[in-house]
Amino acid sequence: MRIDGKGRVDRNRPVNFTFDGKAFGGFAGDTLASALMGADVRLVGRSFKYHRPRGVLTAGSEEPNALVTVRSGAAADPNTRATVQELYEGLEAVSQNRWPSLDFDVLGVNDLAAPFFGAGFYYKTFMWPKSFWEKLYEPMIRRAAGLGALSGKPNADRYEKAYAFCDVLVIGGGPAGLMAALTAARAGAEVILASEDCCFGGRLQAEDETVDGDPGATWATALAGELATMENVRLMPRTTVTGAYDGGTFGALERVAQHLADPGDAPIECFWRIAARRAVLCSGALERHIAFRDNDRPGVMMAGALRAYLNRWGVAPGRRVVVFGNNDDAHRTARDMHLAGLEVVALVDSRHDAENMAGDVPFYPGWQVARAHGAKGLEAVDLIGPQGALKRVQADALGVSGGWNPAVSLTCHLNGRPVWDDRIAGFVPREDAVPGMTVAGAARGTFATLACLREGAEAGREAAQALGFSGELPVIPVAEDEAYHVRRLWAVPGKGRAWLDFQNDVTVKDVKQAARENYRSVEHMKRYTTQGMATDQGKSSNVQALAILADATGRDLPETGTTTFRPPYVPVSIAAMGAGSQGKGFAPQRFTTSHEASVARGAPMVEAGLWYRPSYFPQPGEKTWREACDREVKMVRESVGICDVSTLGKIDLQGRDVGAFLDFVYTNTFSTLKPGRVRYGLMLREDGHVMDDGTTARLTENQWVMTTTTAAAGEVMKHLDWVRQAYCGAMDVRFISVTEQWAQFAVAGPKSRELLNGLLDHPIDDGSFPFMQCGPVSIGGLAARLFRISFSGEHAYEIAVPARYGASLFEVLLGRAETLGGGPYGMEALNVLRIEKGHITHAEIHGRTTAFDIGFARMVSARKDCIGKALAARPGMVEDDREQLVGLRPVTTGRELTAGAHLFDKGAEAVRVNDLGYITSVGFSPSLGTFLGLGFLRNGRARHGEEIRMVDHVRGIEETCIVTDPVAFDEDGGRLRG
Amino acid sequence: MRLTCPICGDRDRREFYYQGDAAMLARPDPAAPVQDWADWLHLRDNPAGRTRELWYHEAGCTSWLMVERDTVTHEVFSVDLVERVDAD
Repeated sequence: MRIDGKGRVDRNRPVNFTFDGKAFGGFAGDTLASALMGADVRLVGRSFKYHRPRGVLTAGSEEPNALVTVRSGAAADPNTRATVQELYEGLEAVSQNRWPSLDFDVLGVNDLAAPFFGAGFYYKTFMWPKSFWEKLYEPMIRRAAGLGALSGKPNADRYEKAYAFCDVLVIGGGPAGLMAALTAARAGAEVILASEDCCFGGRLQAEDETVDGDPGATWATALAGELATMENVRLMPRTTVTGAYDGGTFGALERVAQHLADPGDAPIECFWRIAARRAVLCSGALERHIAFRDNDRPGVMMAGALRAYLNRWGVAPGRRVVVFGNNDDAHRTARDMHLAGLEVVALVDSRHDAENMAGDVPFYPGWQVARAHGAKGLEAVDLIGPQGALKRVQADALGVSGGWNPAVSLTCHLNGRPVWDDRIAGFVPREDAVPGMTVAGAARGTFATLACLREGAEAGREAAQALGFSGELPVIPVAEDEAYHVRRLWAVPGKGRAWLDFQNDVTVKDVKQAARENYRSVEHMKRYTTQGMATDQGKSSNVQALAILADATGRDLPETGTTTFRPPYVPVSIAAMGAGSQGKGFAPQRFTTSHEASVARGAPMVEAGLWYRPSYFPQPGEKTWREACDREVKMVRESVGICDVSTLGKIDLQGRDVGAFLDFVYTNTFSTLKPGRVRYGLMLREDGHVMDDGTTARLTENQWVMTTTTAAAGEVMKHLDWVRQAYCGAMDVRFISVTEQWAQFAVAGPKSRELLNGLLDHPIDDGSFPFMQCGPVSIGGLAARLFRISFSGEHAYEIAVPARYGASLFEVLLGRAETLGGGPYGMEALNVLRIEKGHITHAEIHGRTTAFDIGFARMVSARKDCIGKALAARPGMVEDDREQLVGLRPVTTGRELTAGAHLFDKGAEAVRVNDLGYITSVGFSPSLGTFLGLGFLRNGRARHGEEIRMVDHVRGIEETCIVTDPVAFDEDGGRLRG
Repeated sequence: MRLTCPICGDRDRREFYYQGDAAMLARPDPAAPVQDWADWLHLRDNPAGRTRELWYHEAGCTSWLMVERDTVTHEVFSVDLVERVDAD
């Protein structure tokens, strides 16, 4: 209900919304929770396990009960806390975990069966038969218990992630945080002030108290306004700092547009990574409950929340109010409710010596609340007196305060454990738990407003000073300085279920049972009972549960300790953390300069690492990729083909010692290479396995260009950086990746030179450009590089131009090729051409093969050291019975080989112990009219000509193959040298 | 976590690639017994406390760095260029 004359919502601005399809009205400034309360909706959700009716418990992000799904369709956002969700026009919310309706929930019968569902019930009951767990029990339990569900549809909503940097990060916008930010900012520090709330003031927004003579909320708003005008301050409302990480890094979730009917271009949420040189934690405190029978009835709330709803939003869950507490702060709730004209029927304080600070209300010192009545809404409360006297009072609202816990979570994210403080009967942060972070205000157990203001200012000054800024403490405003006394009370003894963790339905009895079953460690108790494991992480139940465990195990609270607080402090949607990483945003896309032309010719593009390369170039009438591939292979073998090879890594190396450096990273010798020549090289890892291969050209005396495979370009660059910086510091060598600076095309086939000579300003011949020659050429005056190298095994060249000319050169090359009966070829043809020639790719040098395995043992020079040489020679690396590279072809022409199939002796059973090797690459060779394969076969080089059995267990294919030399086509390389 | 690259300054750890123990810097003599090589390549201490590690500023200046760090507190004591360490 709305309480006249109370609250700071704008009653001139009504806002319409729906809950479970029913229309309601609230006001600008409402949260969904306050609007529902104002509309007399008490039942807002069903509990996780027992489907108990539940109402709003808190007024903040710690809310365990009031979880709803906001918005609908693909944009549905489940498990939104109604206490945090600001109201906007047209907001749609639906309740969760109930069927068919919130009011009548069939699975409410779970509650009747509760005696069977205690701690460990699932573990004990669904043990047998084992196979039932996955198929029956777990799906059944998951359906019965649960929170809201995602829509399962792709969500087009925008989310964002971003970095921010500051000198001082102030976490929390309450009195301490505001003063910390003000002080640090005035000293000159760059300040970020993050407030979880939509506004600043923290608890001042919820209280009826003055600061410097103004209402606290007014003072806070004015100060935030002043901060907003300072250039070195960035205010971040609606931003929850979710985690503290090493090196002054913090995670934070900003609800950018969760409060807007139409986000426009704004993201729904933004996940921030904030790098702060210093931080001041002013995260405040969270109130805790007291366990008593049926303390979860809708209408039973935290006393501080009850007060917040009254003072900030002008609403209350009922007119007849009971307040129950063990501390002074509870009295404020009774006082404010009474002054607002509500009927406070009892102020119950468990401390027998407590004094009434609430004014003219019925006061019960030394009494406790023993039970709440009313299923879907509170109706009455049983009080129990010091001598066991019983009294029942009619009430529809009950505010409970078991004391306040400093919000210490962030101080524990780097392994710090909080310390027990008897003064406030709660855990306070350990000093220096997070390097560079100080704690001020209620977060360290200082509850009076005046003291919070002072501590905040001091912490702000200290943070600024630590960074070399100097500034004065501002004048501390005049504010309340009330003492706070609390006496431990965790649970009221008695029969029935007394609830601790509302979100996971854990009772006092469950914790005691865990202790009886010897789950004495807090971490074990937590996992056995699931206390504190829900999305609220037990913010309103942890300390009570620990206390009850301590009591049940005969230990003290500090000795029992706490469970581990881990990030995030509040739930963070994966959409925010992974913002941008959907669909094509998941990985960068790299396009060659010929990309558009290839796509225009209908080439299907395939991913090669981050690159996209044409698979084949279909011609009219071709029905399958094989037809296109076969044609392209023949085209290269008979006339000329063009292929973009720009994706290969290109590294420009310069310096007097490049030759010596290459001698060290390649197994073979490069220092003897003459300018204008190219050499094939093999690189090992230090463990002796092949890392990569490629050609390196010596352009001039001191400039070289290395090519790597497309797949390993990054890895090789990293490796070269390592080798040079770690081992070759004295060498005169520098290098840089130029992969994207040069577009490079293979021109392959018997007519390749004819094509080039029609293009080059100065024609070439075998004398000027023999195999493995390189040199500068010019095309219409444009300086280019020409390399006579061949992956296809044909008379071939690669021509490189600065990338900006790539697209036009590709068109020119294709035009000329087509007049010669050639054209473009794609990855499929490239693969067949190289398989015919027995050339390796990373299918063969997959990380477990050595130079010996691929038949290149002689490429490891005996005359020099190189990376990987020592360990390539260790026992086991060069034995004959290793799996060696071989060629394979089916005995029956026309039969297919499959990559991934394993090799067995004929007659041997196709099982692991008889495994002799495997096939790495296959393709149909139109040149030879048969399938060809490359693979590794134990002692394979000695078995050329023998028959071997191929078994593909996955596809169910068997074939008899002949073992051959890996080179199947033009064995003497005559075509290459042309 | 953040590292202060001697060339680029204070940067987020996502810019860096972690390699492992700085023992890799002490490459054995080519003539050393194979066992020494295998030990150098494969055996690592796993200290709780101060360690020297190799990081690569992959998304920055491509420097290899030697980071002195505490594996318990995660405190970073120093970040040096491997090139400079090697030259010493």
